[in-house]
Amino acid sequence: MDFPFDLLINAVIAGLLLGGFYAAVTAGISISFGMLDIVNIGHPAFIILGSYIAYFFNINYHIDPIVTCLVLSPVFYLLGTLIYQVYYVSFEKRGQQSLRGLAFFFGLLFVTEVLLLLVFGVDYRYVEASYIGPSLHFGIVDLPLRMLVPCAGSLVLFGLLQLFIGRTFTGRAVLAVSQDQLALQLMAADPIRIKRIAFGLSIAVAALAGAFLIIIQPVEPSVGREYIGRVFAICVLGGLGSMPGTLIAAMLLGVIESITATFYGPSWAPAVSFGVLLLTLAFRPAGLMGR
Amino acid sequence: MRMPLFTLLAVIVAIIVFALMRIPNIEYLFVAGYTIVQYIVLSTAWNILGGYCGYVNFGSAAFFALGAYSTVALATFGNQIDDLVPESLAPYFHLIFPLPIPVLIVIGGIVSGIVGFGTGYLTLRLRGAFFAIATLALSVVLATLVVNWDFVGGSGGAYVVRPGQFPGLGSYLQYLFLLMLGLAVLSVVLARWIERSRLGYGFAAIRDDELAAEASGVPTLRLKLIATTLSGALMGMAGAPFPYYIGYLAPVSAFGLEYAVNSIAMPLIGGTTNWLGPVIGTILLGTLQQVTTVTISSAVNVLLVGVLLIAFVIIAPNGIVGLVQERLHARRRK
Repeated sequence: MDFPFDLLINAVIAGLLLGGFYAAVTAGISISFGMLDIVNIGHPAFIILGSYIAYFFNINYHIDPIVTCLVLSPVFYLLGTLIYQVYYVSFEKRGQQSLRGLAFFFGLLFVTEVLLLLVFGVDYRYVEASYIGPSLHFGIVDLPLRMLVPCAGSLVLFGLLQLFIGRTFTGRAVLAVSQDQLALQLMAADPIRIKRIAFGLSIAVAALAGAFLIIIQPVEPSVGREYIGRVFAICVLGGLGSMPGTLIAAMLLGVIESITATFYGPSWAPAVSFGVLLLTLAFRPAGLMGR
Repeated sequence: MRMPLFTLLAVIVAIIVFALMRIPNIEYLFVAGYTIVQYIVLSTAWNILGGYCGYVNFGSAAFFALGAYSTVALATFGNQIDDLVPESLAPYFHLIFPLPIPVLIVIGGIVSGIVGFGTGYLTLRLRGAFFAIATLALSVVLATLVVNWDFVGGSGGAYVVRPGQFPGLGSYLQYLFLLMLGLAVLSVVLARWIERSRLGYGFAAIRDDELAAEASGVPTLRLKLIATTLSGALMGMAGAPFPYYIGYLAPVSAFGLEYAVNSIAMPLIGGTTNWLGPVIGTILLGTLQQVTTVTISSAVNVLLVGVLLIAFVIIAPNGIVGLVQERLHARRRK
């Protein structure tokens, strides 16, 4: 039996495209979980929320999903700062983030999912845009624009985030708060304010990832759950809070998942992320690029 | 109160509940009652790890479904003995199968306990958040396995035929209810015993300050593993009779998010520090859910649980039991 090489190459390329998208999905978690130490397991709920808002404007006003989420990202930012404020006052200040803080985010995830279910129903929803459908062909390689656009968008987003964190004062302060909160306070910067900004940013990024998600696949309210294992697997594998590590890990997971789906069937793909997560935790909990 | 006395009291309460429920002769009482009592087991099991140790398990649905699917696998095996077993051995298997439900409960408990131990062993040496994330992912993965495993029905689900009558008791549902009541008594007695034993003090030390506990010689990893195993096993035991109760088991219903949410919400709303909290939380929330499911809709009912969970963790971090205790203390101070 000769090995289907063109299938393999296409699977790897599809995986890389998927991985680029996963990087955008995980970027928010890398900030909130990796840098701020806030275990926001409700993160996928905000992604799905972004998807549905993109859907709503696309169906009613024919606006491009990415444009919608870009325009609305300040709103998501504000939502994020609000949530952080509640989280800080109710849990972080009282030192109860481990049990009740987790339950709080779990509750948020759950409530968002059910609300979307009540408003939009259980049907799969999708958007319409000119780049959904056609593909580019290079020899045996197929590049569906539906995957290419979100991947390119994610990479741009990722580059901007990296610039923000590495080059601006606030971004560096976010890095500082992840290392030593007290020291930051001594430098006369308010760690709570910095954390609020960073958390707001993570939610704004989630909304954009939501726009990419609904371009790639039809969305229904409980899709977010599949992404929980995935985003945390990528975040842990990449080394908590390391942006380049996150990108590499996302690509890696995308390729592994794509190959699994091509050769063993798509119904096995969700198990991959968990396997990766467990293996990472068991053998190298610091991740690929961990500090 | 001493342990044997408490056990006796719990058994008596259970018998009274069962006797009272038989009086009106309404089968629906048992349908609703079974769900509530099942949640007493689940929330008490969750609390042994979550409330006593401070480790959050989001995978209650996974452990519950493991128990349920062990039953389905064994029941399917029992139906296909003639195809699967060499002819010479088949008569012996026919003697044992179909397995009685108490045996299935024990098997479900063992399977879930082993998985609980394994998950704990891999993740509990790290920060607490990793364990929570791993349990969350565990339900997705187990659901994937079940969907791809045709022997237990795959994504389409499996039928388990419930016998109509149980000799000496009346309907089979009442028998299931009685078993679940027994499990509830077992888990509550176990939880109360843990609370007052060396084990419980060790758990509390981990919850309050793990580093300090480790430094004072508390074997934290071993204790955490005991807690995850016990908690997982109890959840599996609660799941084992479920296929007989529901009659038709699909991955969607066995891995339903409502199990994970309820078994977290009920102890947190009731109060996590002692055995009474989960019981109170379950009875209140469970009854409320039964009422809203019947009168409004099941989507609204899950929404209600989520909102209550968020409200309680923010406003009343120690749950209903905590609120009552504060009130009592305040009165005493006057």
